[in-house]
Amino acid sequence: MAEYQNLFTRVQVTAPHYPGVPHNPRGVWVRGVKASANYWLGKIGDAQIGPFYLGSTGFASILCFIIAFEIVGLNMLASVNWNPLQFIRQLFWLALEPPAPQYGLRIPPLKDGGWHLMAGFFLTMSVLLWWVRTYNLARKLKMGTHTAWAFASAIFLFLVLGFIRPVLMGSWSEGVPFGIFAHLDWTAAFSLRYGNLLYNPFHALSIVFLYGSVLLFAMHAGTIMAVSRFGGEREVEQVLDRGTASERAALFWRWTMGFNATMESIHRWAWWFAVLCTLTGGIGILLTGTVVDNWYLWAVKHGVAPAYPTTFEPMPDPALTSGAAQ
Amino acid sequence: MKIYMRLMAAIATLGILAGCGERPPIETKQIGYRGTGMEQNINPRRQEMLKAMNQPGAMEAPADPSGPLAKDIYQNVQVLSDLSVGEFTRVMLSMTEWVAPADQKNCTYCHNGENYADESKYTYQVARSMLKMTRDINTNWKSHVKDTGVTCHTCHRGGPVPSYVWYADPGSGRENAFVGTRAGQNSAITGLGVTTIGHSSLPYDPYSPFLLGDLNIRVEGPTALPTGNRNSTKQAEWTYSLMVHMSNSLGVNCTYCHNTRAWSDWQQSTPQRTVAWHGIRMARGLNNKYLVPLTDVFPANRKGPQGDVAKINCQTCHQGVYKPYFGESMAKAYPELQGVKSAPVDPSAMPVEGAAAAGDAAAAAPAAPAAAAPAAGAPVAKVPAKDVPKATPRSGNTAIAALTPTNVDRGRL
Repeated sequence: MAEYQNLFTRVQVTAPHYPGVPHNPRGVWVRGVKASANYWLGKIGDAQIGPFYLGSTGFASILCFIIAFEIVGLNMLASVNWNPLQFIRQLFWLALEPPAPQYGLRIPPLKDGGWHLMAGFFLTMSVLLWWVRTYNLARKLKMGTHTAWAFASAIFLFLVLGFIRPVLMGSWSEGVPFGIFAHLDWTAAFSLRYGNLLYNPFHALSIVFLYGSVLLFAMHAGTIMAVSRFGGEREVEQVLDRGTASERAALFWRWTMGFNATMESIHRWAWWFAVLCTLTGGIGILLTGTVVDNWYLWAVKHGVAPAYPTTFEPMPDPALTSGAAQ
Repeated sequence: MKIYMRLMAAIATLGILAGCGERPPIETKQIGYRGTGMEQNINPRRQEMLKAMNQPGAMEAPADPSGPLAKDIYQNVQVLSDLSVGEFTRVMLSMTEWVAPADQKNCTYCHNGENYADESKYTYQVARSMLKMTRDINTNWKSHVKDTGVTCHTCHRGGPVPSYVWYADPGSGRENAFVGTRAGQNSAITGLGVTTIGHSSLPYDPYSPFLLGDLNIRVEGPTALPTGNRNSTKQAEWTYSLMVHMSNSLGVNCTYCHNTRAWSDWQQSTPQRTVAWHGIRMARGLNNKYLVPLTDVFPANRKGPQGDVAKINCQTCHQGVYKPYFGESMAKAYPELQGVKSAPVDPSAMPVEGAAAAGDAAAAAPAAPAAAAPAAGAPVAKVPAKDVPKATPRSGNTAIAALTPTNVDRGRL
């Protein structure tokens, strides 16, 4: 019995599928689809699959994603002359490249970046429609819309990278290529172009919240699993009715660092860290090139970047001494 | 069950580590102020391999500079006209050793055995131009080669074609296709069928715009806030590609030249960056002045798929080492190649001097085998937004369009 109640139970109980909480009978949401169970999913979570609600936004979102996915994938496949073996071999290198700078904000021919704009459009539509879906589902279940707004923060960064900043810069070419290595190379080139993104304070904040999220996640997950033998994984009930698990978890952190989050506030911590990661990151990207052109020089100007002694005699810029322009 | 899992995990880990290419330990050498990350990573096993591969070539015993001049004894001596017969013969013997193929180590690889003054062999004409180039480098490019200098062997290493040369990339063949244009990047294999620079998905032919054309390399702006720097992130990718090529060619990290916190700042760069700066100009200058004019001299089997001649980049001389032969100088033992008597030449000029010297009007080749570069493919500065002054296309854009057998793909800067 004790093992069954634990978070890491190896026991799977076969029972009638759980239909979920009562929903609005006047709504369009009809749960016609039957649920099923999967033994292996039961190993890592709830064995029950479904009922699944797709709806019109979900359907449109998936459709848009498939279109974007196909545009990118078929362009990649075409770039290796439709050779499936080369497609697999070079998959990490292949990409769909944004238009050249000379097109500015005009619509380029399909082969010169038009496909990139089209893939970007459908991918954006897909993401926005999925956002609507998460919002609506939460509303239908009379939940808060926290998940939707956290997702919106990530969408903000996505839009900044692919749409808002390119528009502000006056060139679609500032968008990110769709490709594994290509987008990593783009990231490095972006930092090289704008004088070292590590001196961008919003980039720094974003990293703080990224690593902070990881830390909070580890702390929280570790704490809950550590008290699961006292029923600690039943977090919701512990919020309302503090039992021995919650007391021990709280005491553990007070002994460790003098302060503890509560069963409720730890989730606010985690939510804000996650949301601020992409929010600050998006602001950092938005400022790059539009407001600040060289982050290193910006950091020097504001006393952020220290000066170090040189260990060699600095040489003058040869372009100035040699009279050449490059 | 568990033992199999562990075994599989161990094999997978080994596989992943093997994919890294270079096993530890790697030596680290500090080259700058502490805490700034100015250091070089050196793989001692790779260094041993490189040392074995980068030994100076065979050298003839020094020759007597006195005595009659070669030009007075032999016919048609145009470049080495200031050398004595002894010195002249020494250079000829050395060139045979350094450049002629292993199965043709004799004079007739370049000369007509019946008449040594005959210019009919293409190797003869190329060798004459290359001798001029060698002397030009040792005289006018001391900013890069210092007193170490170069000989034929620096690039050739005993063979007729240096191991590391480049041809204009023919592209993927999909430049005008409806889908799947690569924009000169995003591939593991170049249009020439070799792996890309640093195995990256960066633009794979940075040589044409930077080492033949003079496209702007600097992309960072000089001010904290925007003041009209319209270089695009895409252009930074091309510069990045060139820099990775240099890093690979010299077997060094970025920090050999740059303080990576401020790439463009000369005050924080090492003195090597200045040497490298001149090296870029040298490679560009030599490609335009000596290699491209030989386009019509070389037979088709020595040319690239676009009909262009083999050209040099950093790797041609350096061959994976920060200084060719780890700094050992062969040229010091060859005063004949120092070119003391040749007149200084403006390196920025791009004459067809080699052709004139060859006495062959046909050698006065156009600088580019396919000069008709599509205007749309030419790299241009980013189209300016409404709120900034109009950026005019850089002079380099015209240069590259005129000089390189470019394709539409390459122009996506």
